[in-house]
Amino acid sequence: MALLTKDEAQALLKKVLSYSKADECEVNLTGTNTGNIRYARNSVSTSGGISTYTLVVQSAYGKKLGTATINEFDDASLEKVVRRSEELAQLAPENPEYVSVLGPQKYAEPITYVPATAAITPKMRADAVAQSLQVAKETKTVAAGFMEDTTTVNVMMNSKGLFAYNTSTGVNFSITMRTEDGKGSGYATRGYNDITKLDAKKASQIAADKGVKSATARAIEPGKYTVILEPAAAAVLMENIFFGLDARQADEGRSFLSTTGGKTRLGEKLVDERVNIYSDPLNPDLPTSTWAADGRPQEKVSWIEKGVVKNLTFSRYWAEKKGVKAVPPPAGVIMEGGTKSVEELIKGTKKGILVTRLWYIRPVDPQTLLLTGLTRDGTFYIENGEIKYPIKNFRFNESPVIMLNNLEELGKVERTVSVESNTNYLLPPMKIRDFTFSSLSDAV
Amino acid sequence: MKRRDFIQMAGMGAGALMLPVTSLANIVSPEALLEPGLDVAQKKRLADVALNTAKSNGATYADVRIGRYLNQFVITRENKVQSIRNTESFGVGVRVIANGTWGFAATNEVTPDGIKKATERAVAIAKANSKFQKEPVKLAAEKGYGEVTWKTPIQKNGFEVPVKDKADLLLNANAKAMEKGASFINSIMFLVNEQKYFASTEGSYIDQDIHRTWPNFQVTMIDKASGQFKTRSAFSAPVGMGYEYLDGKAQDKIQGPGGIILYNKSYDIVEDATMAAEQAKQLISAKSVEPGKYDLVLEPSHMWLTIHESVGHPLELDRVLGYEANYAGTSFATLDKQQSGKFQYGSKAVNFVADKIQPGSLGAVGFDDEGVKTKQWDLVKDGVLVNYQAIRDQVHILGQGESHGCCYSQSWRDVQFQRMANVSLQPGKAQLTPDQMISGVEKGIYIVKDGSFSIDQQRYNFQFGGVLFFEIKNGKIAGMLKDVAYQSNTQEFWNSCVQVCDERDYRMNGAFNDGKGQPAQSNAVSHGSATARFNGVNVINTGRTL
Repeated sequence: MALLTKDEAQALLKKVLSYSKADECEVNLTGTNTGNIRYARNSVSTSGGISTYTLVVQSAYGKKLGTATINEFDDASLEKVVRRSEELAQLAPENPEYVSVLGPQKYAEPITYVPATAAITPKMRADAVAQSLQVAKETKTVAAGFMEDTTTVNVMMNSKGLFAYNTSTGVNFSITMRTEDGKGSGYATRGYNDITKLDAKKASQIAADKGVKSATARAIEPGKYTVILEPAAAAVLMENIFFGLDARQADEGRSFLSTTGGKTRLGEKLVDERVNIYSDPLNPDLPTSTWAADGRPQEKVSWIEKGVVKNLTFSRYWAEKKGVKAVPPPAGVIMEGGTKSVEELIKGTKKGILVTRLWYIRPVDPQTLLLTGLTRDGTFYIENGEIKYPIKNFRFNESPVIMLNNLEELGKVERTVSVESNTNYLLPPMKIRDFTFSSLSDAV
Repeated sequence: MKRRDFIQMAGMGAGALMLPVTSLANIVSPEALLEPGLDVAQKKRLADVALNTAKSNGATYADVRIGRYLNQFVITRENKVQSIRNTESFGVGVRVIANGTWGFAATNEVTPDGIKKATERAVAIAKANSKFQKEPVKLAAEKGYGEVTWKTPIQKNGFEVPVKDKADLLLNANAKAMEKGASFINSIMFLVNEQKYFASTEGSYIDQDIHRTWPNFQVTMIDKASGQFKTRSAFSAPVGMGYEYLDGKAQDKIQGPGGIILYNKSYDIVEDATMAAEQAKQLISAKSVEPGKYDLVLEPSHMWLTIHESVGHPLELDRVLGYEANYAGTSFATLDKQQSGKFQYGSKAVNFVADKIQPGSLGAVGFDDEGVKTKQWDLVKDGVLVNYQAIRDQVHILGQGESHGCCYSQSWRDVQFQRMANVSLQPGKAQLTPDQMISGVEKGIYIVKDGSFSIDQQRYNFQFGGVLFFEIKNGKIAGMLKDVAYQSNTQEFWNSCVQVCDERDYRMNGAFNDGKGQPAQSNAVSHGSATARFNGVNVINTGRTL
């Protein structure tokens, strides 16, 4: 399915708005092409894909809102969806938190679209699988993996003259390689806007290597250990901080960023001073849309600077109430790192544990952001700068906030994917002391 | 449970609600949800287009699902209605076997031409993927049922209840919690109606109308002086029932240990919200647990999630075989353990039954999503592992000739695959109430309602929290505890089960959002049990300071 060009999209949404009789009207159009292939037991299990366009119309009479959607685009359907949203608005109770739609905004030119990714074919997906399966054959491992690519156009227009347009592409790939006897398991994950950066063979080799080397794991006592978290392992912990930056939650007293007497930690030092976290829609390694879902421009924002909480996210309603700038939640998050590779971090470690992946992460206490979960697919004991032997998996109970106060060293930043939320980040591998492992798991 | 949905539900407490909208759903008016959709004759004609196209293109088997999926969400916080959303998703999914390989395609063009094209695409995908296939798909025999219908036996269709009545009920519950001193309350009413038509080349034309209802809330209590906050979620269950679940009948209320009120086949949300505010306040000043070994007395509104994670999932055959290795994981309960006939999954008191028929359960349907008539079967009998959950293309691996009937797809656009049935712990045979059970415990904790949960990818090591925790000292409830989580190993845990209360205490709870697969799909499933006792379980303290 060809995506609408900027001019085509503008003409279509103008037509939709021309049908509006409400006080305010806002129209969002999303078009998506997705394709995927899944394999397990060295064989393809499912593959599929779908192309869709959805139009969302929101009409407002005062503070009464109605929303309707449609995926047909003839004139009669367009008028029908506008009328339906108006009828629903008339019937709706007032939403005291409704804030009038934004006027025209200035957006930076996004760099999220890569033609090569948009041009992906089912054969290219099958070829990536074939490469994985070849690695499985050579290494006598069993492959299970998933590849999914998406090409999207997002367009927004409202009755106050705002117009926003963005196209983007993305591909996520993940691979688990298990030894034939089930005693070893390795994993790798990759995410890119540009499909040509994906090297499925190399990722499969890394996973197979970890799988083979993690067999015959030894049990060591749970307790507090120095760990090196690879970026994929760090991502699933760190994103709980990123998801929790909402100012209203903090102001209301129900966040790890709340303190006593209704105050928040905004402006306070929260973690080690070497921690710098920001978002930048124009970062070439993690480009994201230059506008947020409600039309606000996405700008470069510092969230944590030298360990201090610099900014929180605000809904437009909450920002108006507090009299501050309405900073939208970031689409991509970046943490600064150092220059060392994972191998170099290992070299500088006297005793520690290398963690490839963490799994089944769930909040235990939102007050402290305490999380639990387990290591998986490649956990190794390090002694005197070398990997000594594979170890059995652990359950941990740890807060990423406490963890970032126990920071030893950060490695070189790379793009990674959260196995929990499927979100891409730029994160460094992290060396952390006193990471709390609370019990052993027999799982491979 | 699925992470994304979990974030959405966790968002309730955060005041940042996101709506779980079925993919490719349109937002419509509440009246549109009551429109009848296509009649059976129209659906049969469309289904035959798919079946005939598949056969003429060389498929040896085909099934087609014409699905209309309706959702309604009413969302409030304190004295405000935040959102009312009605969604409708309508389309067709076609699955075929060609060259011994599965192929699937879906379309929302519900016309003879749209269905023909989707079917051709499904056959082409099957043929293309067959080059990777090691052995052809083997389907267990299933008879064609002709033209049949099945409906969830509801008394009151929730979609016919005016939206205003639902919003008023939630606002009333919110007001009661706020009067009792709650700092915040978020509440939601979530209704589901799946109108599914299934047809296959085996000669089945099955029309089903499935309803689910889920009222839920979260009360937050904040102690400003200390900065401490605690939440108490609703004691409701998501159910395979109509709006009659909200009737809150006196006969369905249970006076539980520790002065709590529990609910069985109907639910009183206003009363529960009132209790929640009081209990959230008590949690703030509750005693922080001393870590160590305790005898746990687990109430059914808590027990269901432990069953779900440590019994339901490891006994899914696709996990056992490795199909979920890259995501959800595999299973410790390998085939050799089942085949030995001696693997002691739990103590003799432990009996697990899987079913897709239990009235009021989320899993109950007449036929599964590959046209198999549903039933009940044993998974663990007198503590011994005897069977798994498997579908038509899997049961031959177990040496069985009949599918268990637990194939499901979350929508017309996703391919159906093996999903969890209701998996329930059978009540004890000897007469025993929770109070009697507690009276025999010297040092223990009584845990109510599910909280935090995590388990490894082969389902050995788990950790569960809860919502309310009561210390048991010398056979008596001795006040509330906080910061409680227990850790164990699945086999060790179920072998430490010494007692299960009798059938008078049997209740179900469950989830709308059991997650599996890539791309991930949600499945709704219930788990029943009576209150059960587990001896000597490791309890940790989860309190920390920043």
